[in-house]
Amino acid sequence: MNDGSPTTVPPTALIGVQLRWWEKYKFWLIAAALLVVLPHIPGLSSGYGRSLLSQMGITAVFALSFNLLLGQTGLLSFGHAVYFGLGAYAAIHLLRAVNGGLPIPIPLVPLAGAAAGLVFGIIFGSVTTKKAGTIFALITLGVVELVYAASFMLHGIFGGDEGVSANRTGGPRLLGLTFGPQIQIYYVIAFWAFVSAVLMYAFMRTPVGRLCNAVRDNPERAEFIGYNPQRVRFIVFAVAGMFAGLAGGLLAINYEIVSAESVGALRSAQVLLAAYIGGIGHFIGPIIGAAVLVWLQVNLSDYTSAWLLYFGLFFMAVVLFAPGGLAGLIMMHAPIVRTRAFWGVLASYAVALVPAAIMLVGAVLLIEMNYRLSTQPELGARMKLFWVDLDAATPWPWVTAVVLLAAGFYVFRKTWRFVAAAWTRALDEAKARFAGGTSP
Amino acid sequence: MFSNLRRLGTAGLALVGTVYAGSAMAEVKMAFVEALSGGAASAGLLSQKTVQFFVDRINAAGGLNGEKILLSSYDNKTSAQETLIALKKAIDDGNRYVFQGNGSAFAYAILDAVNKNNERNPGKEVVFLNFAAVDPPLTNEKCSFWHFRFDADVDMKMAALTEAVKGDKNVKKIYLLNQDYSFGRSVAAAAEKMLKEKRPDIQIVGNEFVPLQKVQDFSPYVAKIKASGANGVITGNWGNDMLLLIKAGKDAGYNGVWYTYYAGGLGAPPAIGEAGIGKVKQVSEWHKDVTPELDPAIAAFEKRFPGQENEYGYWRIKTMMEMFAEAAKKAKSNDPIKVAGALEGLTMSTALGPVEMRADNHQLLQPLFVSTMSNKVKHPLQGTKIGFITDRKVDAKATAVPTTCKMQRPS
Amino acid sequence: MIEVFVSSLLNGVVYGLLLFMLSSGLTLIFSMMGVLNIAHAGVFMLGAYITYQIGKYAGFWVALMLAPVLCGLIGAAIERYGLRFVPNRKSHVPEILFTFGLLYLIEELVVMIWGRNPIPATVPEALDFPLFTLFGTSYPAYKAFMMAVSIGMFVSLYVALKRTRIGLVIQAALTHPQMVAALGHNVPSVYVLVFALGSALAGLAGAIGGFTWLTAPTLAFTVGPIVFVIVIVGGLGSLAGALIASMLIGILQTFAVVVDYSLRDLFAALGVTVSASSPLYELYSIKVAQTAPVIPYLLLVLMLIVRPRGLLGTRDA
Repeated sequence: MNDGSPTTVPPTALIGVQLRWWEKYKFWLIAAALLVVLPHIPGLSSGYGRSLLSQMGITAVFALSFNLLLGQTGLLSFGHAVYFGLGAYAAIHLLRAVNGGLPIPIPLVPLAGAAAGLVFGIIFGSVTTKKAGTIFALITLGVVELVYAASFMLHGIFGGDEGVSANRTGGPRLLGLTFGPQIQIYYVIAFWAFVSAVLMYAFMRTPVGRLCNAVRDNPERAEFIGYNPQRVRFIVFAVAGMFAGLAGGLLAINYEIVSAESVGALRSAQVLLAAYIGGIGHFIGPIIGAAVLVWLQVNLSDYTSAWLLYFGLFFMAVVLFAPGGLAGLIMMHAPIVRTRAFWGVLASYAVALVPAAIMLVGAVLLIEMNYRLSTQPELGARMKLFWVDLDAATPWPWVTAVVLLAAGFYVFRKTWRFVAAAWTRALDEAKARFAGGTSP
Repeated sequence: MFSNLRRLGTAGLALVGTVYAGSAMAEVKMAFVEALSGGAASAGLLSQKTVQFFVDRINAAGGLNGEKILLSSYDNKTSAQETLIALKKAIDDGNRYVFQGNGSAFAYAILDAVNKNNERNPGKEVVFLNFAAVDPPLTNEKCSFWHFRFDADVDMKMAALTEAVKGDKNVKKIYLLNQDYSFGRSVAAAAEKMLKEKRPDIQIVGNEFVPLQKVQDFSPYVAKIKASGANGVITGNWGNDMLLLIKAGKDAGYNGVWYTYYAGGLGAPPAIGEAGIGKVKQVSEWHKDVTPELDPAIAAFEKRFPGQENEYGYWRIKTMMEMFAEAAKKAKSNDPIKVAGALEGLTMSTALGPVEMRADNHQLLQPLFVSTMSNKVKHPLQGTKIGFITDRKVDAKATAVPTTCKMQRPS
Repeated sequence: MIEVFVSSLLNGVVYGLLLFMLSSGLTLIFSMMGVLNIAHAGVFMLGAYITYQIGKYAGFWVALMLAPVLCGLIGAAIERYGLRFVPNRKSHVPEILFTFGLLYLIEELVVMIWGRNPIPATVPEALDFPLFTLFGTSYPAYKAFMMAVSIGMFVSLYVALKRTRIGLVIQAALTHPQMVAALGHNVPSVYVLVFALGSALAGLAGAIGGFTWLTAPTLAFTVGPIVFVIVIVGGLGSLAGALIASMLIGILQTFAVVVDYSLRDLFAALGVTVSASSPLYELYSIKVAQTAPVIPYLLLVLMLIVRPRGLLGTRDA
């Protein structure tokens, strides 16, 4: 199931260097600082930018919880949104009660989602985790379809397609905060996202967390040494459900409305994609994946109406060429990042990037012209692509696009040699250093 | 990456994108939030073109109080959550007017978010112009000063449809078949209530709900309808659920009358085909044979957007845009609060008769037509030989139904 | 009552047989290669569109012959030029994601070529007449034709797998993939063959199903999940199991529609009245008819809990 073990041991630990606390918690401190600063960076400081960040935070928690299953325990779930969605419903109902006068501060409302996620994780998990592998995957598919259907039938609880809405400003004031402005809600989400990331990271370091890896890699052996794999799967499933529920609770306070789509199969597929694209073999993978996926989903449609096509192509490309996900691509460079030859690697990338970009431009031109002519003929054949006016009714743009694509691809393949050579040099240097015992 | 494309794609029209880009003139920014991508986007795309068409007409006539309208489109990807993200983006981009219609679920999401936005950001109010979401609560218990509906709601349409049932003495048993969500349930409830009032002798022999867009084979439902002895079916189904239902009826040789909301929708007439002649009725604010000659605006629209997938279906968007322009003129301002105030109670005359925006719940009163599928039409639909001919017209005033709305106006 | 029973049975059988055609291809692919091909329903949809397109120029019967062939070629290409290069195939997760991306690709291609509205895929004239009328309900000839095709498909597939040499290899590979490789058969080319065959079956189902179901770009996403249900409920490696599962689901769903009773009615029959204030009142009020479309998933979950290898499965997934 997994592409590589999570990078948990920092390379410095291997050579016995005593870490100072700063070194030890560097990652978390930087992450926390980033979370504080991000919504004030120009471009992200608008209401929309902040809601984009909030959405990324929610999806990141959701994807991390999903990765407890897929990355850590090797359980592929097609129905993780069930716990996310039910958590969201629990939180929105609590928020309604708060609107009705229940004195609970808004930042604590998402905990109702976590509780619901845990409860339903225990209920459904006791059934679904009896088996692993494909059977587990398909039971979760069955469960998600059943819950989704139920959400339409039980109108009183789920509110049908229009969903259940509440008002996050209608609660007790905390330190004078109304929780109306997006920035306040962003910080609530960032806080819970940070806390749950730390907790999930810590969970993976507990004996149960370690057992998850054992169950993933070799269930028979785990059983042989006296642990019941089914029990381990059940525990991790419930925990993952709880964090998914927390993410759902964050969704509830962010959008103040929860509808049936939150428990559906599409939402479940989305989290699978986020985790996989980010890289299920690294703790940070799902976070990167969530950010990239949310950004693509929200913004790609502004640039092109063919965004679903690019979306599909992007997944296929990640599966084919970056099996470790984006985090895998980045982490691949960890061993060589401190070598001098690393600059050579970067330079070789720069060289390869040029034909790759040309190739992409050719492909995008072809897709866009095709899409325009076939789905929006009434807009005419004249269009503006890459700041150039062109007429798709004439052959020249097509010839250009094909030439760009073909030539780009041809040259791109040629550049692979440079990249490979640069890599070899960097690896040799890294090996030499390691062997020579020079501490980096 | 290709930022100009954004304007092209979203404005919907290359022409508009290049002419108005960079003009320093003040603009009225209006946002269009609908499903614009994926396999199920045809209704969203058609309404986008229609709104754009009438925006261009207003601009060509000098704009609103001397300002041009800039229409930007935002894809809601058929998701309530994405609708809210898109709306946020639209508001951030400076849009103070939002258009939406297809999908009551998304209308509820927008209405809720608009209400909250207006409450939390005084001075940056947004007005929501709804051209197709017809679930009654939107202008009843959930009514809002910031929302205007330009399509007749479920109850108004049902009132017109049951008038047709009332006149049809052959119909003794009625079967209700609707989609299992808010809209479908509203249709069933309205039908039950109004049939009891207008034709107490009619027996409702079934009240069925089918899951939204999940059923591939409607023949079991048709078998049930036949077994019940119903000689009329009332259905609010749309999209695949509409087409497959009537197709299954045709296969089983069902002879009853179909009273529908959306038999004239995109893709429906070709799928229903000759089997629907004389048997399929629909209620709508317009159909292509409503007047002997096609309205010049619609003829112009069809000329600019040829193709079956663009066949005009949104007369109410024309009414909406004209009323909006009228309200801005009357308010002598493009400020949302003032325009909204001017829209309240506004009356206007159209080619089909006078219309009025009710002040008490912001529901447009417009003439409604009950029509029957026929092959003796002047304007056949979507590449077929069939269309609709009017059975009866209900004047705007007569379509009004009581409202429970307690309108709260900004002080 | 009897008329409802008979027409429901007929409808259920036809529906079930169509489901079988749709899923038999995936049974082959999934059983043998472990690939949960999400794009299978996409190939099915392509079959419907290709039939429509060819039918426009060369008539339905030519299209019926050609569509499966073309879909088979498409399937072979997916395996040979796509799936084969997917890294970490053992875990199957990358494969699933690859086919998921592919499904989006197919949907968008269909939108580009044929547009978003449903295409008027009408029943060919030779089949467009009521075959017989029973209790006042006519039974269209094309449904009988569909039945004939799917039964014919099942029989010939069964014979081909049992009686031919390559069939025996495939069959062996369905149950003992490693052993077949060990015996020196070229497993990669068997894979391509199986994928092509499975896709051709989906194409045939599309050709037949196109005019009963609605040929629109959303078709693949609507029928997608049910295919998995049938494959699993039927059992890995068993075509007969897939047939039984399809019929079971088809008939169950059809009959469920007729049943207008809810749990509340059951309680009432037992002398217990449920008041509207009861917390689960809504749950008790759901009619069996309303649940028809989720019956397959209920069956799936129950089956996986009770008998994970499926009805006629020969091994666990």
